[in-house]
Amino acid sequence: MKARVFVTLKPSVFDPQGQTIADALHSMGYDGVQDVRQGKYFELDLDAATPDAARVLAGEVADKLLANPVIESYRVEVD
Amino acid sequence: MKFAVIVFPGSNCDHDAYHTVKHVLGADAEFVWHKETDLKGADVVILPGGFSYGDYLRTGAIARFSPIMAPVVAFAEAGGPVLGVCNGFQVLTEVGLLPGGLLRNRSVKFQCEQVHVRVEELDTPFTCAATAGQVLRIPIAHGEGNYFAPPEVLDALEANRQVVFRYCNAGGELVDTANPNGSARGIAGLCNARRNVVALMPHPERACESAVGSADGLVVLESAVAALGSDGMLRTG
Amino acid sequence: MAIDTETLERHGLSPAEYDKILDILGREPSMTELGIFSVMWSEHCSYKSSRIHLKTLPTTGSRVVQGPGENAGAVDVGDGLVAVFKIESHNHPSFIEPYQGAATGVGGIIRDIFTMGARPIALLNSLRFGPLEDVRTRGILEGVVAGIGGYGNSIGIPTVGGEVAFEEGYAGNPLVNVFCLGLAKAGSLVMGQASGAGNPVYYVGAKTGRDGIHGATMASAEFDERSSEKRPAVQVGDPFMEKLLLEACLELMQTDALVGIQDMGAAGLTCSTSEMGSRGGAGIDIDVSRVPQRESGMTPYEIMLSESQERMLMVVKQGREAEVERIFEKWDLHAVPIGEVTTDGLLRVRENGSIVAEIPNGPLADEAPLYDRPTEPPAYLAAASRLDPAALPELPATDAALRTLLGSPAVASKRWIYRQYDHMVRTNTISPAGMGAGVVRLKGTNRALAMSVDGNGRHSYLDPHLGAMLAVAEASRNVACAGALPIAATNCLNFGNPERPDIMWQFARAVAGIGEACRALDVPITGGNVSLYNETDGQAIYPTPVLGVVGVIEDASRVLGRVFPGAESTVLLLGGGGGALGGSEYLKQIGGQVAGSLAPLSLEAERALQLLLVELAGEGLTRSAHDCSDGGLAVALAECCFDSGGIGVELMLPDAPHDAPGDGRTDVSDASVLFGEAPSRVLVSVADDDFGVVRMRAEAAGVPIAAQGRTGGERIRVSLAGRPVLDIAVAEAETAWRQGLERYFEDRAA
Repeated sequence: MKARVFVTLKPSVFDPQGQTIADALHSMGYDGVQDVRQGKYFELDLDAATPDAARVLAGEVADKLLANPVIESYRVEVD
Repeated sequence: MKFAVIVFPGSNCDHDAYHTVKHVLGADAEFVWHKETDLKGADVVILPGGFSYGDYLRTGAIARFSPIMAPVVAFAEAGGPVLGVCNGFQVLTEVGLLPGGLLRNRSVKFQCEQVHVRVEELDTPFTCAATAGQVLRIPIAHGEGNYFAPPEVLDALEANRQVVFRYCNAGGELVDTANPNGSARGIAGLCNARRNVVALMPHPERACESAVGSADGLVVLESAVAALGSDGMLRTG
Repeated sequence: MAIDTETLERHGLSPAEYDKILDILGREPSMTELGIFSVMWSEHCSYKSSRIHLKTLPTTGSRVVQGPGENAGAVDVGDGLVAVFKIESHNHPSFIEPYQGAATGVGGIIRDIFTMGARPIALLNSLRFGPLEDVRTRGILEGVVAGIGGYGNSIGIPTVGGEVAFEEGYAGNPLVNVFCLGLAKAGSLVMGQASGAGNPVYYVGAKTGRDGIHGATMASAEFDERSSEKRPAVQVGDPFMEKLLLEACLELMQTDALVGIQDMGAAGLTCSTSEMGSRGGAGIDIDVSRVPQRESGMTPYEIMLSESQERMLMVVKQGREAEVERIFEKWDLHAVPIGEVTTDGLLRVRENGSIVAEIPNGPLADEAPLYDRPTEPPAYLAAASRLDPAALPELPATDAALRTLLGSPAVASKRWIYRQYDHMVRTNTISPAGMGAGVVRLKGTNRALAMSVDGNGRHSYLDPHLGAMLAVAEASRNVACAGALPIAATNCLNFGNPERPDIMWQFARAVAGIGEACRALDVPITGGNVSLYNETDGQAIYPTPVLGVVGVIEDASRVLGRVFPGAESTVLLLGGGGGALGGSEYLKQIGGQVAGSLAPLSLEAERALQLLLVELAGEGLTRSAHDCSDGGLAVALAECCFDSGGIGVELMLPDAPHDAPGDGRTDVSDASVLFGEAPSRVLVSVADDDFGVVRMRAEAAGVPIAAQGRTGGERIRVSLAGRPVLDIAVAEAETAWRQGLERYFEDRAA
């Protein structure tokens, strides 16, 4: 079963990368882009019986390793 | 003879390149801010190392949209000698003057240390004063210097003799243990098909005085002087 | 809103401190005002427990241009240049989030240097962790090292040296102390003060978010299991923004439009406004609604207390606004006027024009509570200082012991760490990382500067007074080994909870020791930092004073390193011969104990040795120099052979020094000679032809030559009165040393 994990900085945590990319887009004339938050994307191939079990497993590895809970939050999608 | 040292926000080897050109090589050097739109009559252009735009998004990805890059590309396309060092290499691949790209080191860590590279080709404006197979001891300082290109591109680079520097051991042998970052085919530096744009991950400008550990890198800059000659005309090979 | 006990507690303010606030204001504070007082009067910002002791440190000298009290200290280094430098801790943030904690620590100290008008040219760091067997500690170390590299490499300031130690006591409270040095033209220093009524107050740099609110109070409270709940306080560093700030500020300082500037570090806007106002004897009137904000709905309380990184506060001359704004625009930064300097001495904070806080700057910044906290010798001392050599189990063979020591992370090669730091950018680094003191040349002059940061928590635990003196002596000695005359120092004092009398005793004794040693060695303290409450669940760290010493080398071509330059040289051990095992790395690694009395330090002998080293190096009479430190003589001798291409050495000691205790046991007395950590000892190599002159110079300086030997062969050999006491192949020793730290970390590449 496939799971996708999206990791981003928590809303209150400063994202210098996203800010710099947004500034660059503005200087290139893309004024319609209001804000950019950068993150990471993971594809997991899981041995899980049900989508719920996959969701639990993906959530666990995101908690333990993929995301740094101090500054990042994550979202899991399962097919 | 004048070298332009391009300064992007976040460049941090710009002062080193300037110092080396001006005070060690004894040529003229001028900083050119990335918002400028002309190269101020420079004969040679250096894209220095550093972390342009903080390396955010991808190394070199934002710098390549800087206003100065249009005249740099035009200069290169007209045959002008351009040297990219470290981040400068990354910018040149992003802007499409050189093929391939630079991935994260296989150690997944930033690495700063002296390495050896072998000069593979002499008919470029930055190697013409070297000898065939000359081994240079110069430092690297990068987190993303792992050169990548698809096999057919690598084959074409080899066939066209565009691989200018390869990582080697002190004896000049090409062994995997001497490859510090996992670069494909040990490639440390290459040139474009026209051979006037040369880039490498190691820092020759940091190795031009024995007081700071090595003077082996000076030959790269001396080559530019030799290639241009007193009349400022580029001749290599 | 009523201020109740719980609110005070949450702000870390005592009832007595609250009474003082009522006195100063003559009324109840608003919540914003209470927040401002709480951060300014936190231990971190006010030094309320330590000030009374710090006052006793020597802070003046012929070369001192700026002592403590400004953003950093400064000393005259000749050729019309001043070196601006300081060391600072970022311990608590590095435990909570190692990468960002260490990175923002680097960013903070760099800002302190360039706000003085100096271009930063070198970084060093002093790190302490728990044992590497613990997977969590390995993660913290990896994060801290990556964070230091991530910030320093990106901004383009070389990390040229440092030290790393491992002790159980740091497992729950690692220490991250960062040193930065910058260079400025004499007479061009910029101060952090506000003056000139009507001059605009500018804000420049990153936008303000809710990050780090109560960071200053967090750094002043012990950890407990609830620490994880304080996580939103984590600050994220942006080295790219700081690089732009650095270049823009240095460009601005070339003009005379600037009156004063200060980094918004701990306690952010609060600290920078009140300190700049207080130093200039002025008032500051700002409106927080004009402060660039990253998040919506921020209150004046949050804006004043935010510790968002990479922000500066400036006072500029009236009429020069356009010029200032233009310089920052060039670097894609926006300098925003947020207020002006006034004559009434008040910090006045408005929100959309209405006043939300009004506090006299002087009392806020300078009349913080001052405590003379009670002290009492710790209970552990009596037992810990006892060491009965006769009761030690049978000791291993000396070559096996040396292998063990060289292979322990504390002694082993730190290449795995410093390889992640760009130590060469700026093309000034003369001594490569891992070669002793960090040495950078000063372009345009013949001179170079040497820097070293040193401390030893184990020594200070056993004897805080002597341990602190030894730290001063070692940092100065390392600088002298490079050939530099030590000229000034900065200190970072890492201790536990000062409200505990035994901790306060450690602190007081250590500061007294630093003062004594700095006076004797002529290295005045020009600034530094105190980090208290380094405890987890009531367990304090070893008392850890870390000293950073700066020295000047007149002729940069005469810089020395630790490595023997070749075979067939004469090797000399300068200084005393002997060493007690008390508190040594050997006793900990081999004997499994942290105990005993430290070998005594004669400051007079130390000073004579250091001056001799500088003199010999300056005349080109010595070819290498390396001091005996962790692991004693045997480790130092081995380290001189490493990185030399396998050059061996044979050293002959005439006899065991009489202070090497053994109680009749040869294994113990041999171990004391080889591994004891007596201070004031340096191994130098000299050309055979120069030996006579060197001997005469040593004699004239009153420095004994305790042993003599020769480089050559492929083994490290030591004999004592003709009897071999150590014999090991260089290659075997070097392998243990190279792998000692790296074996804990798996790299995917060689």
